[in-house]
Amino acid sequence: MINIEIDGKLVETERGSTVMDAAHKAGVYIPHFCYHKKLSIAANCRMCLVEVEKAPKPLPACATPAADGMKVHTHSEMAVKAQKGVMEFLLINHPLDCPICDQGGECQLQDLAMGYGGGASRYEEEKRMVSPKEIGELISTMEMSRCIQCTRCVRFGQEIAGQMELGMANRSEHAEIMSFVNSAVDSELSGNMIDLCPVGALTSKPFRYTARSWELSRRRSVSPHDGLGSNLAVHVKDNRVCRVVPVENEAINECWISDKDRFSYEGLNSPERLTRPMIRQDNKWIEVEWAAALEYVANGLRQIKDSAGADHIAALATPHSTLEELYLLQKLMRGMGSDNVDFRLRQSDFNLATKGAPWLGMPIAELNSCDRFLIVGSFLRKDQPLIAQRIRMAVKAGAKANVLHAADDDLLMPVANKAIVQPSKMADMLAQILKALVMRKEAVVPSELQQVEISDVAQAIAASLSSGERAAVLLGNLAQQHPQATLLASLSNQIAELCGAKFGFLGEAANSVGGHMARAIPESGMNAMQMLEKPRKAYLLLNVEPELDMHDPNLAMSAMKQADMVVAMSAYKHHASEYADVMLPIAPFTETSGTFVNNEGTVQGFKGAVKPLGDARPAWKVLRVLGNMLDIPGFDYDNSEAIRDEVLGFACKLDNRTEGVVLNLNGAGGSALERVTDVPIYFSDALVRRAEALQKTGDAATPTARMHGAELQRLGLKPGDVVRVVQGSASAKLSVKRDDRLPSGVVRIAAAHAATAGLGAMFGEIEITTGDSTKLPENASRVAGQTVERA
Amino acid sequence: MEKIKEFFKTFLLVELLKGMALTGRYMFARKITVQFPDEKTPQSYRFRGLHAQRRYPNGEERCIGCKLCEAVCPALAIKIEVAERADGTRRTTQYDIDLTKCIFCGFCEESCPVDAIVETRIFEYHGEKRGDLYYTKPMLLAVGEKHEAQIAKDRESDAKYR
Repeated sequence: MINIEIDGKLVETERGSTVMDAAHKAGVYIPHFCYHKKLSIAANCRMCLVEVEKAPKPLPACATPAADGMKVHTHSEMAVKAQKGVMEFLLINHPLDCPICDQGGECQLQDLAMGYGGGASRYEEEKRMVSPKEIGELISTMEMSRCIQCTRCVRFGQEIAGQMELGMANRSEHAEIMSFVNSAVDSELSGNMIDLCPVGALTSKPFRYTARSWELSRRRSVSPHDGLGSNLAVHVKDNRVCRVVPVENEAINECWISDKDRFSYEGLNSPERLTRPMIRQDNKWIEVEWAAALEYVANGLRQIKDSAGADHIAALATPHSTLEELYLLQKLMRGMGSDNVDFRLRQSDFNLATKGAPWLGMPIAELNSCDRFLIVGSFLRKDQPLIAQRIRMAVKAGAKANVLHAADDDLLMPVANKAIVQPSKMADMLAQILKALVMRKEAVVPSELQQVEISDVAQAIAASLSSGERAAVLLGNLAQQHPQATLLASLSNQIAELCGAKFGFLGEAANSVGGHMARAIPESGMNAMQMLEKPRKAYLLLNVEPELDMHDPNLAMSAMKQADMVVAMSAYKHHASEYADVMLPIAPFTETSGTFVNNEGTVQGFKGAVKPLGDARPAWKVLRVLGNMLDIPGFDYDNSEAIRDEVLGFACKLDNRTEGVVLNLNGAGGSALERVTDVPIYFSDALVRRAEALQKTGDAATPTARMHGAELQRLGLKPGDVVRVVQGSASAKLSVKRDDRLPSGVVRIAAAHAATAGLGAMFGEIEITTGDSTKLPENASRVAGQTVERA
Repeated sequence: MEKIKEFFKTFLLVELLKGMALTGRYMFARKITVQFPDEKTPQSYRFRGLHAQRRYPNGEERCIGCKLCEAVCPALAIKIEVAERADGTRRTTQYDIDLTKCIFCGFCEESCPVDAIVETRIFEYHGEKRGDLYYTKPMLLAVGEKHEAQIAKDRESDAKYR
């Protein structure tokens, strides 16, 4: 520690830190543009010039290391003169179009120009003009002349997002920020550049000209999307959400949020919002009052309970629901005597019995300090953008990442070892790693592992894991949705135990952990899969779109169509109108109070930011009234906090330890073509599917059947061909795309999109035909499991 | 002595005569009453009357929807909605001034970076219903178009003091 004096204040600061850091500690503000605490030092804006005693010239505070006994003056005559000079230069080429600039009112340049700028410009020559760039649907660069070349956006891309989407081309006066030729800037984190830009050069395209910063009221909220639970500030004007920005929380999202969190608000104002309760009568939808709709639901449920038994009522909820909603839904179901309630919609293997709610296994911030990772079955960047960012930071600091997955998606970080295998081979690969670790520890190899042959990559992963001190084994979405999820989890758990690693689940949705705490899972009843396999008479859907949100959309739809009564509680008018009997408008996260429990188990409550649209009501209130109407005791809550307190009173602990899993490595896939399914980042939930700008990005492209080049050749297909993809009785027509990042023997087809909603389960055998028939004739030429029929 | 003075004042009607003297003075002085509407008082070029929205000589509306007037308005009389026009410029889709709320302080005019909203010399406007004094964008633009010559002249006279 060294002592340094700033404006007469003595501060103690770490050796190697800068004058800027010390000033921050002393509570002294030094004006700056290019400096950002999370980015590397560029020292190119020169705004932070300060006077340092004994130095002949002013020095940039952000790039000057603090030295013992240094005396710094940030507001002395020399410093202010230097800062004013820099400001005058910065303003020379700035268009000064604050009145029409979206950054106006929250612009660092504008603020500092008030302090350091002149009343009028002395510059009379022509200003520099920079042409607008077309960089996609998220970021507007219509006024690049406003850029002051601080390069924060460039450094963000290089250092945080892992992908240099923007760069500075040309020199001096001709220097311009631009993307690569015709490439859009829409990676999963790029929206953060809007926040980073200290001027109005990069602004939000969907927000463009909708409001001025002073008109917006800022309300705290929590992200309803991925399992991270990013802290958000929802900006509201006239009871309408105008934009979403991050709230800094070092333990969770630092100062970033993913684009999904940032731009999904457009879905809140979607014209597809359901605003009135509706009942189907004689195949026509009529709008009714809440009382009538709830009466109808209560009567319907009562009738089915009396005629077919409570067991014929099933409830499905999205894991993006709040803790309160999930809790009341299961309480309602159990009150009626049915145990068929589940929120694990995309899972297919439910045998996994962890001792508590499966969670990340460590605080999120601890990821940065891990030195070895094994990431099993995760489309990490798209499923967990900010966790990927933390792992990227750790890798940058020297950690080694190992990946076991069914697709070699670019993680934008160096990966030490990759095992990219068919989904059915994943368990075997994990077993190999486990065996390699067992042998490294010179322990007795369990009998189940005797037959396993260790491949080189498994050996390398085992070596990598055991060489670390703080390893982490993380199970991603694909691994949890995998038909052998139990086996994968159990093997991963054993691997983690052997190398002293933390073992964690990367929860898919905002309340993946909370759902377990709220007991929204069956104890003796049917799980999400069984409820569809054995169709029930009545379904309660809490913000679920069965054709998009379920593991097997085809099965889900057939179950819905067979049901006597489907109650769709939804924020949107969706395909429920085809099979539902009642549609109840419920409020999305900005319009209700609630709680999300994130991956690390942090309970984060939030309040409604705006009033519910139209007649929509918070789902917890709807469920509460429904409980009262069905005469179920214990439904007299006055507010959502009361429900939360009740849940947290008995909620299970977080515990990932698996118990009683028998390692059964047999039956691991044949030679058939297998389906690999990802849920693309902008299709993952009802809200984001309706966010217009996000739907225009590359990540929201219509799903294709992606295969390795060699696989295409074998099947005699060319990229762009339209084929029929057949899964049992389900099929869909898709165009073929070459993707050499996939292993052979798999077809990658995205779920949660209308184009693939007709398909079956997310995993399993798949056939590709070029004919139009949905079912192939018996004598179609079968080549190594694939069926090829030439048109 | 004071008491004696008071005593005389009670019956000599001194105050009354003083008052009558004042009345008399005004009777013969130059009249200041203006016979409105036949006659009008002189107006300053800074007179703050009815609002108008101006256009550039090429017919393009000046207002860029920066909302500074809305923000500065102490009576909250201005309501603006903004959207991007087809040509990419920032334009108002709604610009209303509620003249029943307006206090004619002139802050809107003062804050406008493009001299789009101005207060004219017009003060003899009326509304038959309360709603008639709710001026919308077309109404304001119409006022501006009608009186542009006077408005421009007034701005020019004031320019040297700004």
